[in-house]
Amino acid sequence: MNLYAILAIYRFEMARTFRTLLQSIISPVISTSLYFVVFGAAIGSRIDEVEGVSYGAFIVPGLIMLSVITQSISNASFGIYFPKFIGSIYEHLSAPASFLEITAGYVLAAATKSLAIGLIILITAFFFVDITLQHPVWMLVFLVLTCLSFSLFGFIIGIWAQNFEQLQLVPLLLVQPLIFLGGAFYSASMLPPLWQTVSLFNPVVYLVSGFRWSFYGLADVPIGWSLLAILAFTLICMAIVGWIFRTGWRLRD
Amino acid sequence: MSAIVSVEKLSKRYEGIHALREVDLAIEEGEILALLGPNGAGKTTLISCICGIASITSGKVLVGGHDNVTDYRAARAQIGLVPQEINLEPFERVMNTVRFSRGLFGKGRDDAYLERILRQLSLWDKRDAQVRELSGGMKRRVLIAKALAHEPKVLFLDEPTAGVDVGLRKEMWETVAELKRHGVTIILTTHYIEEAEAMADRIGIISDGEIRLVRDKAALMRELGRKLFVIELMEPAERVPEGLEDYDLTLSRDGSELTYTYDTTGDGTGITRLLNALAERGLRARDVRTEQSSLEDIFVDLVGEDAA
Repeated sequence: MNLYAILAIYRFEMARTFRTLLQSIISPVISTSLYFVVFGAAIGSRIDEVEGVSYGAFIVPGLIMLSVITQSISNASFGIYFPKFIGSIYEHLSAPASFLEITAGYVLAAATKSLAIGLIILITAFFFVDITLQHPVWMLVFLVLTCLSFSLFGFIIGIWAQNFEQLQLVPLLLVQPLIFLGGAFYSASMLPPLWQTVSLFNPVVYLVSGFRWSFYGLADVPIGWSLLAILAFTLICMAIVGWIFRTGWRLRD
Repeated sequence: MSAIVSVEKLSKRYEGIHALREVDLAIEEGEILALLGPNGAGKTTLISCICGIASITSGKVLVGGHDNVTDYRAARAQIGLVPQEINLEPFERVMNTVRFSRGLFGKGRDDAYLERILRQLSLWDKRDAQVRELSGGMKRRVLIAKALAHEPKVLFLDEPTAGVDVGLRKEMWETVAELKRHGVTIILTTHYIEEAEAMADRIGIISDGEIRLVRDKAALMRELGRKLFVIELMEPAERVPEGLEDYDLTLSRDGSELTYTYDTTGDGTGITRLLNALAERGLRARDVRTEQSSLEDIFVDLVGEDAA
């Protein structure tokens, strides 16, 4: 096991985060604060409580998920895409490091960054609304698993992408809609029955539901399903990454 | 065997192109081997296969006795690679990027060693500079520093002086000589014959994915140092004149030109003696000219010789 390689990649990526602190940490926090203002204060004041929780507080878990998922994907995809783009990937390919170590370095760095963003947003939210944390440990479990699995997913996108447009394609066309339709801003019970059924096919629904449960004990789907969904997603991503490195797809000619 | 890198029957095919055909190559510890070949000959592909960047279609590569596929960690740990293109993260600082390379190749932090490398490459003053602030020559040296960061035994330099001006080229040659003095085995690719001449102990010639020959530089330079002295005769001769067997002479088909092949590196060229000898035999020259083989001619020569 080449632990030094994991550490080297991790440090390198974290150094990039600190070099670009403004884009990396501050801007997602600002944009989430804007959501609080717009949805929580402006619109939320016209919406009654959702299942006993004020609307402003109700959307907090969804907003954190929104940021954490998009940040994980963009951090990890950029992290591996950039060396590919400028050509410095030759070093990774010629290093005595396995795919596991390279993936671990990038994914852990991306997940660390998005976890930090998620926690900062959570802390910020305390200033805006009343939040209760019924299951803090489960909250962390969901948060960490989401960071890890979507960083893995982002890593796959970064390897797949052959230009900057493609790098944005999946997050914009697939992930963003899934998150917005994933119950970040509403409870599935607010939807007509047909759409409630349709939304069960959206994996993000399970994540947001499980995460919200850890705050308020409210869930659209059983908590076990949420856990199963996030674990399954993590395993699928791991399998794809494993296949990529075994075949050298998009990395070795 | 004292070969530090040995390539056995290495073939590489992709998208229907036979980039390498059963290449055999042994690189001795401590030597500088120059791989000389035209663009597209397979130089970079060969290096990529040895370093693990490109997959191998068939054959094998041993580095320090370790197979670079089945025992890739041990094999790759001994190799440093300086790519042809300047592939550096522009915003990274010199020391950080070199430190990154060391870690990636599985070595713990050792700033004292990295300082030595950076000083040796005249980069120590620039250790905190961002890569984008450096000149082209410095960036190339940063690539070398990165390749050396994990104390490799073998260093691959892929066209280290491509697109580099004359001054920098000389500087690069000195850098390479300095590395050799430190005991690093070096394989470099180039399509400049002067470069191979200036740096290498042995020269390998590669074209069309095949190694045409690998020879000691001194021996090869003698061969490459051959020059042709062409004598246009007043009257066509029927055969090479008698008594001139000691000279390497050939007569053109129509008998109008006599070509003398000689070695420019020898003590005397023998031209004066030859002209006197011809005059004694009543052969008069209408005109004379000399020709020196270009690199392309040499390739054609060698390929022909190899096929024969």
